[in-house]
Parts: sequence; structure tokens; C-alpha cells
Amino acid sequence: MEAEPLLRVSRLKKSFGGILAAYDLSFELRRGEFLGVIGPNGSGKTTLVNLITGFVKPNSGQVVFKAKDITGKMPYTIAGMGISRTFQMVRLFYNLPAYKNLIIPLCSSRSKKLWGGKYGERDDIAIDLLDDMGFERDSQVPYKVAGSLPHGYLKRLDLARALALRPEVLILDELFSGMSMSEVASTLPLLEKFNEEGLSIIMIEHRLRELFRVVDRVLVLNFGMKIADGAPAEVMNREEVKKAYLGIHIDLV
Amino acid sequence: MAEAKVQRRRKRLDRGIKARTDTIFVIASKRDTLYLLLPRVLPVIALLILPLVLKGYWGKVLVFACMYGLLALSWDFMACCGLFSLGQALFFGMGAYIAGTLNHYFQIPPIITVPAATLGSGLLCAMLLGPVVRLKGVYFAMITLMLPLLLKKMIDTTGIFGGTHGLPSLSPFPSELVATYLAVVGFLACLFIFRRVINSDYGLVLRAIRDDDRAVMSGAINIYWRKIQAVFISGAVGGFAGALMTHHYQFLGLSTFALDYSILPVAAVALGGQGTFAGAAIGSLFLVPLSESLRALGGLRMAIYCGILIVSIIGLPEGIFHYMARKYHQFEKVVEVK
Repeated sequence: MEAEPLLRVSRLKKSFGGILAAYDLSFELRRGEFLGVIGPNGSGKTTLVNLITGFVKPNSGQVVFKAKDITGKMPYTIAGMGISRTFQMVRLFYNLPAYKNLIIPLCSSRSKKLWGGKYGERDDIAIDLLDDMGFERDSQVPYKVAGSLPHGYLKRLDLARALALRPEVLILDELFSGMSMSEVASTLPLLEKFNEEGLSIIMIEHRLRELFRVVDRVLVLNFGMKIADGAPAEVMNREEVKKAYLGIHIDLV
Repeated sequence: MAEAKVQRRRKRLDRGIKARTDTIFVIASKRDTLYLLLPRVLPVIALLILPLVLKGYWGKVLVFACMYGLLALSWDFMACCGLFSLGQALFFGMGAYIAGTLNHYFQIPPIITVPAATLGSGLLCAMLLGPVVRLKGVYFAMITLMLPLLLKKMIDTTGIFGGTHGLPSLSPFPSELVATYLAVVGFLACLFIFRRVINSDYGLVLRAIRDDDRAVMSGAINIYWRKIQAVFISGAVGGFAGALMTHHYQFLGLSTFALDYSILPVAAVALGGQGTFAGAAIGSLFLVPLSESLRALGGLRMAIYCGILIVSIIGLPEGIFHYMARKYHQFEKVVEVK
């Protein structure tokens, strides 16, 4: 007997004009699971994130989080319930110092409850979080204007911003795109650590080698449909996955 | 042999004082202290002395300037979270009508009607504009532009609250000086509080909503609720100005919903510079006396007034305040080009 999954997506459908970005999409995320989502460009991965987090409303279907229906709820309600996300194109406040970017989620009622942050302590929490992300607290980096930081730092700042909500589900939309090898290498263990501490993660990624090192299960999308779901090694040997990715039959992994 | 002409150029340097961190003031010397305090304290002292000096007509102009100043501040506060309003007259008229009707029909003294109008106007405006804070940019602006005109027409045609004739002989403030000081102190207090609020975490969230509302939403913050709060604060300030004006003139009429109260604050902010509140204050303290002193010129007054506005906005798009602040923090040196 399996308990109710943490997040259940069932028969989600969304079309933009004539394009189906999600069609009959169903999957489950168990508590503490590390789920990878892959698929060719335009297969509806980012739409899936937007559908779960409420930025896009589905035509039909249902998203259930902790036995509560969250379909069509506002993004801030869903974030407040514990589903936090990063953006593929980082959305940050470029004219603020890096650590001030974290003050915004820390001002939410969810953060107030979970961190117990009083006025003035928020800055300390933000600096602590950024220190974990590789923004060393004794350097100038956390205090620099976000717009002046290199791309890899912005990506990690976005991750820190998502973590500031102390989410139960973290959705990473191509976190590693544009990051250097060393940055990826230092961020991956962090994600594994959070995952071991009980955070459920959905990770959308094009860098398959890194992805397969950490995830428990992979979901493959193509044209808005789920074409495979299972352990990484097994999934990548399926014919339809190879076809979707390359159009020909060769060994991917 | 022609002497080589020495070329010179101007070099701009920022002053080396970085005196303010976020929470701690570090004061190095008396000179630094003065450097920081003078531009803040001098205008405040000047404004507090002015009511004693200015009497009669120019005293009224000062009250008027503070009224417009309050409206400009409330405009700037809403603009901080991305709500661009063309209807400060709504706030102004709302405050005026709440204070005026309470005083006329129930004989409530100004000491109660002014706070009541301040709160009531904030609440009513938040309720009226609450459903439309989802609109952005020009759509929100159009709604705010229409609302005061709508209320004006409603009062005009139904004849409630005095209709077209207005409500005369309301109770005045104890004296002219009290009214003037109420306006000046209210204006300064609003300026001070707004400047503090916008640099707090609360203000940070508001400014972030203007920059990128989706990123704020993903931080689990209900942006619409925050925007309604901003409208409430803004509406309260505008309502305070309206209530003050009504009791000062002892008359309540449809003119409180006039377009002037919507447009002039925007012009004042455009002239003074957006986003810091000091710009809004400077803009209105400059525009209102200017418009009054041009009165002597008769018919051409409005044309000259508009001309000055156009020239200054084209010439100084950043606004007077930002220009002055930049000049104050930089010094220029003439150096030889080698």
C-alpha cells in the first residue's frame, strides 16, 4: 500500500493556439524523490513547470499537492504552500544587491512562519543562504548589485531565492544551462544534500550526464506527451526516447 | 613657432564618503556630518519657518503647494509598485467629500473629520481600485482617470452632498496659522515616512513588484494585496490633503474632483524626479508658486507655464532632484589632457 504521493499531476492538458504544450500528462512525485524531466526543445517541459506552479492555467486536468487540489490557484498561493521554482531565464532584481533579492521571498508569510525572521534578521538569513550557494560571506560578492554578477552566480542566486521559501517541492527549470563545469560540480552535491534532508526535487535539464548522476527517476516528454517514465538507464534505452532525441537508433548512454 | 595649445577637460569625481550602510550610520567627522545633514535639514527648517513669514495670499499659496505636494507624494508612492495613476483627484475629492459631509450634516469638528477622511478615503479608494490593481500601465491609468469624472457627474446629476452648488460655510480651523502648519507638517511627515518606508523591506517588496511581478509572485507574495495596501496608503494621504483643503476654504464643491488635481501631481513628479519622493516634493514646491506668480501676466499665464514645463522636462528628463543630488555628490576638476 503506497500512501498518497506528495504531488500528483493527472491528465493535464494545455494548448497554445494549435500547439499542444501538454497532452494527457500524468505523473506522481513521492516525498523525498529526485525526479528528472527531459525532452527535446519545445516538448513542453517549461510549460509543465508553469502549469504546476500556477503561472499558466491548464485547459483540463488536475494538480494535487498534499491531497489538496491546487489546479488554477495563483502562483503566490502555490509558492506559499511549499512548491518553489527557479526560472529558465533568471528573473531577478538586477538593480538590488544580490542578498536583497532574497529579502522578497523572506518577506512572505510562509517564510515568516518557517524562519521566524524578525526585521533585521532577514539580512542575516539571506547572507547565510547565499554563503551555502558559494557567495562567500566575507567577500564582496553577496553585497554586489545583482546585475554586475556573472551568469553562473545569477543562476545560483535564483536557486537561493527559491530555497528561501523552505519549500517541500523544488522545481528547477534548466538550472545548469550557462553554468560552468566547476559551478555545476559544486552545485550538484548541494542539491543531493537537500534531497537527502527530505526536499523533493523536480529537475528539468538538458545536461543529461549530470542529471543522471543524481536523479532517482526520469520522465521523458515529447510534443507535450509523456513518452517514458522510469529509472534513468532503463529509460534511455527505450526506442521511442532515442527516436525523440535524435530521430535515429543509437546508444545514448 | 605657434605655442601648443593646452587642451583641458573636465573630470568628474564622486565624493569619497560612503557614509551610509543599510542599517548603521558611520559618521567620520563634523564636515561629513554637515555634508550629509545640510541638504536634509535646511529645507525642513525653511518650510517650518515659512508659515511665520508668509501671510495672506502667499500663505495660501504655501498651503496649496503642500496640498499638491501631498498628492505628488501619493502619486509617487503608487508609482513605486507599478501603479501609474492619472486620478489623484479621486483621492483628493474623496477626502474632501468625507470631511465636508461629516462636518455639514453632522456638525463634527475638523479635529475628527480630518482623521476620519484620511482613513475613510484610504479605505474607499482601496475598495474602488482593489478590483482593478491587476491591470497594468495605461489600462490602470485610464480607470483612475475616469473614476473622479464618474463621481463628479454622479454628484452633479443626483444632487447629493450639495450637488452642483456644493456645501458652504463649513467649520474652519482655529486659525490660519494652524491650517498652514497642519499642511506643512503633514507634508513633511509624509515625505519623511515615505522615504523611510520605501527603504525598508516592505518598500523593497513594493519596488520589486514594479520591476518584475512574476518573480515576486514566485516568492509567495500576494502582489495584488500589496498593491491594494499601496493604494490605501496613497488614498489616505490624498484624502488628508482633500480634507485639509475643504476645511481651509470652508467650502466643498465639485471642483475637488477636477482634472487639475490629477494632472498637476504627475507634472510635479515629472519635473522633480521620480522614485525618491524628494523629487515629488521639490517639483510641487516649485510648480505651484510658479503658477501663482505667473498670474500677474494674465492671459498668457497658462501658455508660459506649459512652456516652462515642456522645456524643463525635455532638458532635465531625470528631474530636478536627481540632477541636484548628482551635482552635490560629485565635484568637477579641470585637468590638462596629455
